[in-house]
Amino acid sequence: MYEQVIAINVGLAMLLAMSLNIITGFAGQPTLGHAAFYGIGAYTSALLTAKAGWPFLLALPASGAMAALVGVLLGLFSVRVREDFLAVTTIGINFVIVAIFQYVQLFGASLGLAVPKPVVFGIRFGNTEILILLIVLNLLVYLFMRHLPNSWLGLALGGVRNDEEAAASLGFNPDHYKVFAFGIGTFIAGMTGSVYAHFMGFISSTDFSFPVSVGVLSMAVLGGLGTVSGPLLGAIILTLAPEVFRFVSDYRMLVYGGLLVLMMRFQPQGMVGDDSWLRQRWDAVRTRGKGGARRG
Amino acid sequence: MFLQQIINGIVVGSVYALTAMGATLVYGIMRILDISNAGAYAIGAYVSFFFLMQTGSPIVALVAGVTLTAAFGFLVQKFLYAPLMNKSPNVSLIAGIGLFIFLQDFLRLVAGPQARELNFGTLLPSIQFPSLQLTLYGTWFLILGATAVLLFILWYLLNRSPIGLAWRATAQDLETAKAMGINTNRVVAFNFILGYGFAAVAGILVGILYNAVYPTMGDVPAYKMLAVIVLGGLGNPLGTVLAALVIGMAETLIGGYIGFFLPRDAIAFVVLILILLWRPQGLLGRRRTS
Repeated sequence: MYEQVIAINVGLAMLLAMSLNIITGFAGQPTLGHAAFYGIGAYTSALLTAKAGWPFLLALPASGAMAALVGVLLGLFSVRVREDFLAVTTIGINFVIVAIFQYVQLFGASLGLAVPKPVVFGIRFGNTEILILLIVLNLLVYLFMRHLPNSWLGLALGGVRNDEEAAASLGFNPDHYKVFAFGIGTFIAGMTGSVYAHFMGFISSTDFSFPVSVGVLSMAVLGGLGTVSGPLLGAIILTLAPEVFRFVSDYRMLVYGGLLVLMMRFQPQGMVGDDSWLRQRWDAVRTRGKGGARRG
Repeated sequence: MFLQQIINGIVVGSVYALTAMGATLVYGIMRILDISNAGAYAIGAYVSFFFLMQTGSPIVALVAGVTLTAAFGFLVQKFLYAPLMNKSPNVSLIAGIGLFIFLQDFLRLVAGPQARELNFGTLLPSIQFPSLQLTLYGTWFLILGATAVLLFILWYLLNRSPIGLAWRATAQDLETAKAMGINTNRVVAFNFILGYGFAAVAGILVGILYNAVYPTMGDVPAYKMLAVIVLGGLGNPLGTVLAALVIGMAETLIGGYIGFFLPRDAIAFVVLILILLWRPQGLLGRRRTS
């Protein structure tokens, strides 16, 4: 069903945007290669279930673990280089990993890989079951994100992002937390990739190319990096935009690019970031609801 | 054959140097990765193509392509980047990517998705050395000559002229430069005019080299120029030239001899990652000051 497929795409995008937000929003490390980890998860899951005969329920966390393994390596690398160097290095990792998927026989090379539909406790997963799984995963990650800013980990990450040296002088080792953020973020991206692979039933290297990474970062920045609900909003808007603008299908990319430019120009803090238009309206409604008329 | 590959590598490296120079200049002052510079690359080639069709004169086509794209650069900084200057670098990055996507689709809608010939006629003859198995193409001389002249002009502008002094001061520390009475707004504007002009020249030359302009021609430069400027040490014009030659040479030699299993466009990034592991600040970058 059309609506179900759209909902699944939104669910996948929300997970990716939230996972990127942990690395870029909370720990402040720019990433332009997130699709690589999404792809690592998808290919791991495809190989484990189709070639090694693992059940889906085991392959799902294993895909996350595989992505996190590479993510931690990138995190270790990231502590050595400056921000913009890191951003471009992550682009490089995206290209190299896609190239490996495309040219190594094990990964099906240019033919891609067929992925079996998952069977869990005798239930064969169709789109409905995938959607339910995605809702559960989204809820779990969302609750984690809600909790994160107030936890010791979230506070430490905020310290690393805002002032690395101050955080270090308080006894936090910023490097540990950066690597940690990379580990969690890429773990979630890897699991999302596994769900994507089993939903599609077929994957090929172009599904995880650089433009996908750009799309995920755009979602998080558009909604508001470092906020909890922003990336979700960005994911919903940018996934639905091509569907909504279907009637001007020939101008879709023009509208998409223009939308990004205008949003960044006039709401650079993101849709729900501090001082954004939406947040001001929201605060106004809330204070009025409490009987206060402070904001006229 | 070996000599042919070496010269080919230098030509490819020169094209990369020109392509990445615009983004290097922009980064030097603004500290942003300007992806829309690759859009300017395609726009320069298309404007030039348009004027060539209308007037038939290569000189008019070249001058119009470069000046109009440079003017476009002025508008981009005035209305997009300058207001975003104190925001997070992610914001400018996404804005630049959005502009790039917009421009690419705009070109597709206006000029059509198919590749068009950018035929300037035979500007310089090819020379053959059968005994050495060597062919020197006329377009190679054109590209090497243009690169040498433009880099010399750039070096002169940045190191020997008053605006260059202001440029270097602003690149070092924008706030201090402003306090010293430098009109940094003018430096930023000049920077974008120069940066987008360079992108246009690169686009036109590549159009002549492959005799084709097409809307997505900026795709590969969009990320490869980032690899080049980062490898060079970010914002360092000399580093960019060096890195462009290293990457051009690596692509040609690795692709031509070792038959690397990765595609050509991934080689640049493999080289980048390996060199960054050894020198995290890039080839000619300064160490992080913390």
